[in-house]
Amino acid sequence: MEILKEMLSAPILVRALIVGILVSLCAALLGVSLVLKRYSMIGDGLSHVGFGALAIAAVMNLAPMAVAIPVVILAAFLLLRLSSNSKIKGDSAIALISTGALAIGVMAVSMSHGVNIDLNSYLFGSIVSVSGGDVVISVILACAVLLMFIFFYTKIFAITFDESFAKATGINVNLYNMLIALLTAVTIVIGMRLMGSMLISSLIIFPALSSMRVFKSFKSVTICSAVISVVTFVIGMIISYAADTPCGASIVCVNIAAFAGFFIAGALLSRSKKS
Amino acid sequence: MALIRTEKLTLSYENMTVIENLDFEVKSGDYLCIVGENGSGKSTLVKALLGLKKPVGGLIEFGDGLLQKEIGYLPQQTSAQRDFPASVSEVVISGCLNSRGIRPFYSAKERKKASENIKLLGLSDLKNRSYRELSGGQQQRVLLARALCATKKLLLLDEPVTGLDPMVTAEMYELISKINKSGVTVIMVTHDISAAIRYASHILCMREGAEEHFFGTTEEFLKSDMSNFLTGSKRERSAENGDT
Ligand SMILES: Nc1ncnc2c1ncn2[C@@H]1O[C@H](COP(=O)(O)OP(=O)(O)OP(=O)(O)O)[C@@H](O)[C@H]1O
Ligand SMILES: [Mg+2]
Repeated sequence: MEILKEMLSAPILVRALIVGILVSLCAALLGVSLVLKRYSMIGDGLSHVGFGALAIAAVMNLAPMAVAIPVVILAAFLLLRLSSNSKIKGDSAIALISTGALAIGVMAVSMSHGVNIDLNSYLFGSIVSVSGGDVVISVILACAVLLMFIFFYTKIFAITFDESFAKATGINVNLYNMLIALLTAVTIVIGMRLMGSMLISSLIIFPALSSMRVFKSFKSVTICSAVISVVTFVIGMIISYAADTPCGASIVCVNIAAFAGFFIAGALLSRSKKS
Repeated sequence: MALIRTEKLTLSYENMTVIENLDFEVKSGDYLCIVGENGSGKSTLVKALLGLKKPVGGLIEFGDGLLQKEIGYLPQQTSAQRDFPASVSEVVISGCLNSRGIRPFYSAKERKKASENIKLLGLSDLKNRSYRELSGGQQQRVLLARALCATKKLLLLDEPVTGLDPMVTAEMYELISKINKSGVTVIMVTHDISAAIRYASHILCMREGAEEHFFGTTEEFLKSDMSNFLTGSKRERSAENGDT
């Protein structure tokens, strides 16, 4: 408690906490759908594209968000198209784009003599890089994601569960897929500042996988992932502050522990049911 | 006025034509079985009827006030993952989505419809179980309940009995027939010719690459060469004669 109070007295940390909690919430909600549709690698691909875009923006001295957000949204639409197109293998296309973007970003950074870029903070995140503008964007993002999940929950379920049936019942599947891709892209770009581009996709994948170990209905999985995500984020931040470890890595470690816990709980539950 | 009528319907993937100039019609209350060898385009036709695949030629007409999105559909293979965390009732009620505008939640009427269909298919005990923990046959029944939620008029079933044991298969056929008698039109794709002859009022028989498909009532089908070909008797003669 003492630590928490101490953390809340530093404006930088408060900003990081607000942005982090909102982004974790969004990432977890979107993550359930992405993981179940086998799209989780898209999250990973987008974070690499985000890294490339941020690096280029920094080198060219442009506003980082103004460059990264549109670029990553474009990449999200592209990846969505590629994965739904059976002719090109979705996973290798993602690998191509993500390693390509990473390489371009690294080239840009290394060629920019004189410009001071902290590569480490791009890759693994830092709380210092969270700005006031990020807070505003993350509040808007969180509202959009929550509204979408409240109003279109049943449709999101149908699309995630069985896309062709959903299409047959007259749901505009492409529109919802684009909406999810768009929100995922924004979530990733904002989350990247805090978590780093190497680690941000864990926020999308871990909570969904953990809650699927124990819960059996879509509703409970969705709610539980949101809770896990926010709780692990806060615990990770406290650990990072107290032990002076990088915050992105601390949060991922807490998520690993949570996954292990849920894995064991799931195994115990199914065993007790059988006997 | 027919419920569904096609005229010179042609369907193809890229440049490969799967179905050419297909004419048939389904009237309210009919029970149409679509039979034919693997790859003859049965599932492709089903997708076209659902609007998931655009015809490259010809037309599909809906009559009797049937909207395309009001077709209850049971896919041959679901794109749904087998390990999807969803309860049986969540899956069944998702069939009701087509009748709603932008209202965010299900109405009491829709919940009632879902639970009626759950009861009809004998799934009441499994209602709160997870879809991924059910056997293949149970999953199939859940998907049929979902299809029933989506329609009052027309059920479109693509090989509904694949992977079911003989007992459950027989039950499934009886159930579909019961649903048909209650006034719902049924279109079913099947490889089970004897079931098709027993239950269907009309049969559409498709042959790979053939331009001529058979369409007619079950009695007409039994008299045609096509049925001899498919049921195995006088196979040589039919093969020489080619189509009907
Ligand atoms: N997505 C696709 N892209 C390209 N060709 C396809 C596609 N789906 C099916 N085909 C081809 O179209 C033809 C008809 O396929 P379809 O699935 O309609 O057959 P079917 O009659 O349902 O067979 P089965 O009895 O095995 O279910 C086949 O030759 C198949 O190879
Ligand atoms: Mg088929």
